[in-house]
Amino acid sequence: MAITVVEVTKRFGAFVALQDVSVSIAEGSLTALLGPSGSGKSTLLRVISGLEEPDEGQVLIEGRDVTHKPSRSRGVGFVFQHYAAFKHMTVWENVAFGLKVRKRPRAEINERVHDLLSLVQLEGLAKRYPSQLSGGQRQRMALARALAVEPSVLLLDEPFGALDARVRQELRVWLRRLHEETKVTTIIVTHDQEEAMEVADQIVVMNEGRVEQIGEPRELYEHPANEFVMSFVGPVNRIGDAFVRPRDIVVSLEPEGSEQEAMVQRVVHLGFEVRVELVRDDSQHMWAQLTSEEAEALELQRGLIVYVQPRHQRVFSNK
Amino acid sequence: MATSPTVAAAAPGRAKSLAGAALGRGILAGYLSLIVLVPLAALVWRSGQDGRHAFWSAVTTPQAVAALRLTLVSSLAVAAINAVTGTSIAWVLVRDRFPGKGLLNAVIDLPFALPTIVAGLTLLVLYGPSGPFGIDVAFTRVAILLALLFVTLPFVVRAVQPVLLELDREMEEAAASLGAKPTAIFRRIVFPNLLPAILAGVALAFARSVGEYGSVVLISGNLPFKTEVSSVYIFSHIESSDTTGAAAVSVVLLAISLAVLLAIGAFRRWRDEA
Amino acid sequence: MTARYLLRFGTIGYLLMVLLIPVGLVFYRAFQHGLGPAWDAVTTPGAVHAFWLTILIAAIAVPANALFGVALAIALVRHRFPGHGLVNALVDLPLALSPVVVGLALALLYGTGGWLGGLATHGVKILFAVPGMVLATIFVSLPFVVREVVPVLREIGTEQEQAASVLGGSPFYVFRRVTLPAIRWGVAYGIVLTMARAIGEFGAVSIVSGRIEGQTQTLTLYVKDQFDNFDFTGAYAASVLLAAIALITVLAMSLLKPKDGA
Repeated sequence: MAITVVEVTKRFGAFVALQDVSVSIAEGSLTALLGPSGSGKSTLLRVISGLEEPDEGQVLIEGRDVTHKPSRSRGVGFVFQHYAAFKHMTVWENVAFGLKVRKRPRAEINERVHDLLSLVQLEGLAKRYPSQLSGGQRQRMALARALAVEPSVLLLDEPFGALDARVRQELRVWLRRLHEETKVTTIIVTHDQEEAMEVADQIVVMNEGRVEQIGEPRELYEHPANEFVMSFVGPVNRIGDAFVRPRDIVVSLEPEGSEQEAMVQRVVHLGFEVRVELVRDDSQHMWAQLTSEEAEALELQRGLIVYVQPRHQRVFSNK
Repeated sequence: MATSPTVAAAAPGRAKSLAGAALGRGILAGYLSLIVLVPLAALVWRSGQDGRHAFWSAVTTPQAVAALRLTLVSSLAVAAINAVTGTSIAWVLVRDRFPGKGLLNAVIDLPFALPTIVAGLTLLVLYGPSGPFGIDVAFTRVAILLALLFVTLPFVVRAVQPVLLELDREMEEAAASLGAKPTAIFRRIVFPNLLPAILAGVALAFARSVGEYGSVVLISGNLPFKTEVSSVYIFSHIESSDTTGAAAVSVVLLAISLAVLLAIGAFRRWRDEA
Repeated sequence: MTARYLLRFGTIGYLLMVLLIPVGLVFYRAFQHGLGPAWDAVTTPGAVHAFWLTILIAAIAVPANALFGVALAIALVRHRFPGHGLVNALVDLPLALSPVVVGLALALLYGTGGWLGGLATHGVKILFAVPGMVLATIFVSLPFVVREVVPVLREIGTEQEQAASVLGGSPFYVFRRVTLPAIRWGVAYGIVLTMARAIGEFGAVSIVSGRIEGQTQTLTLYVKDQFDNFDFTGAYAASVLLAAIALITVLAMSLLKPKDGA
């Protein structure tokens, strides 16, 4: 295991940020720490990096207990949401920083920085200052800077959070490709479930300082351990005690068995997907997700009476 | 954002870095104590050394009271005048455009950079007995006001300028689109937003005026009961070895300074909330 | 429209009356009898000594306050400790306190009967000597570097420092390579303000120095002394020298001023 976190607890005054958190990260994997604000995901990342020290528990990196070691001796790379670029240094100097600290020979630094700038597609911008770069470029620079010292682990704290939706999308794909090329164990913190699902091999879902579930994206989506994971990882309808995905609500024009009657309140066309808002005759509201072809076949419109049958309902036992 | 308060918190051998931090803090505390705290403590001690009655009678001699009254009244007047002139100057420097504005902006700092004794001399030259314009206000209370206006010129201006620069013009534009006239816009939109900064600048000007010595000592003539301010009073009592008298009145000035500092802190917090 | 012109010329008029004409006149009066007498007045032994003493005192006070000012700013912004408010008050106090009170406080501390009065009996002369004047000057010029660096430190935040730390920098390396460069203009501006205040100090040094001509007179004290002795040309000439230094200070200030005009 590249990284093992053992029963880590971290408090800030009276606030418990992490409670008995244990996680194992495989070498070469790309893991996402996913959760809402305040879930502790950033704190966990910072504890792994050494920027915070846990009150209880241990952190092991490649078998070494680094719990009380400073960040600079852990061999980790860290990328911040707001880049933390060294504003008074050029792009080149930023990327070279870690190498200069380690007093590498000039020729080696030159070669390494050059290679890295090519890797992140920032060649030609070496002499610019961070203020002259776009957000996406700054973040790529930050990545190059972190990779320069050949860390055994790369930690990214909501790296695309400060960027436009379009750039975020591009960088997600780019990050996955970079990971395949460098094969560095990577942990990314995000509150965006789509980002986690798209990018990660393994997702750690966190809430209020605890780990809710760990698994592959598909596993989490199809077999969520509890209500929180199910609602966080995808859209959900709550029907009584049960939870149903909108995609799992079957809408038909004729009853064939145990379907219940419902009225279409609103049909929203979102390109390929159609969202149908329904109310059942027992006043239960829900929405179904159909493809535009399915919706067209049913000739759905406001006021139409249809029959709904939820599949794959999940009921979770209360904690 | 849950950031560590110190980078050193992530340092190795936490004990070692904590000891280093403690040493550093000790040195800083020592510096501040030696330079500022201990001398002032000695002052307060000495003022009370002859007993409470001696302190009180030193502070309430007619001459001391006259000096204090003159000091406070002049300082308040100067603070009030600066509130108006300082804001106007800041307004002109931020909102207006004309050749030489940059130079004028730089010149505002001159009273700060100029030694107070030189300031006093320059005012004496212009507004004293041999002044070219025939104005002679030396040895009058007007002279005191002039000196204080000179040295406190930058305070309100520099306090208001950054706030005015950052002020969101859209608020004023919105008010105008709703039908407000320029004076109304100033009164209802701009002024309330500037008020905390104006007050902070005014308080600083007031504190400076209360303690001002170098510029006043030349031009005012230092006539007891007429043009003697508290700082001059203290100085003359040091010269005449009336240490208790000097120390007692000094403690009064110290108390005023502390009170003003508290007020400035409150105004600054108010400004930052806005 | 007319309101704008009224305001503009009103303020310019005010500045002329209160500031520009007086200063201009001193220059005029200093050179009224020609450059020669002015130069002679400024090159008397007393004046020359006063000049170098002023420089010496500033040369000690300014670096001391620069060094401790940066350290204090870092402590105030980046660290939490009890007595935060007290430190803030002590740092700001010299701005609001009369220099005469400062001088008296120092005289009481180091004079005979004072808590540190014993130093004099052991040969360490503080009062009526240069060390006392240095202490007074440090007191009055204390706040400036701190007050200029604090907002800059707040603004740059800790992330750059954290990033540098993770990349392998020791705390001192991070300070030298990341923190210091980020605050350098704030420090420079603060140093200019400190220097101006140190050179211009009058009231406090007046009390602690004993004003012994040729030995413990700074340039500002020299001006007063010449004035008292009716040597007006001498007073004006020294004033012009100080005013020239002030003008250079103002120039440096406008060049180094932080962009928000504070």
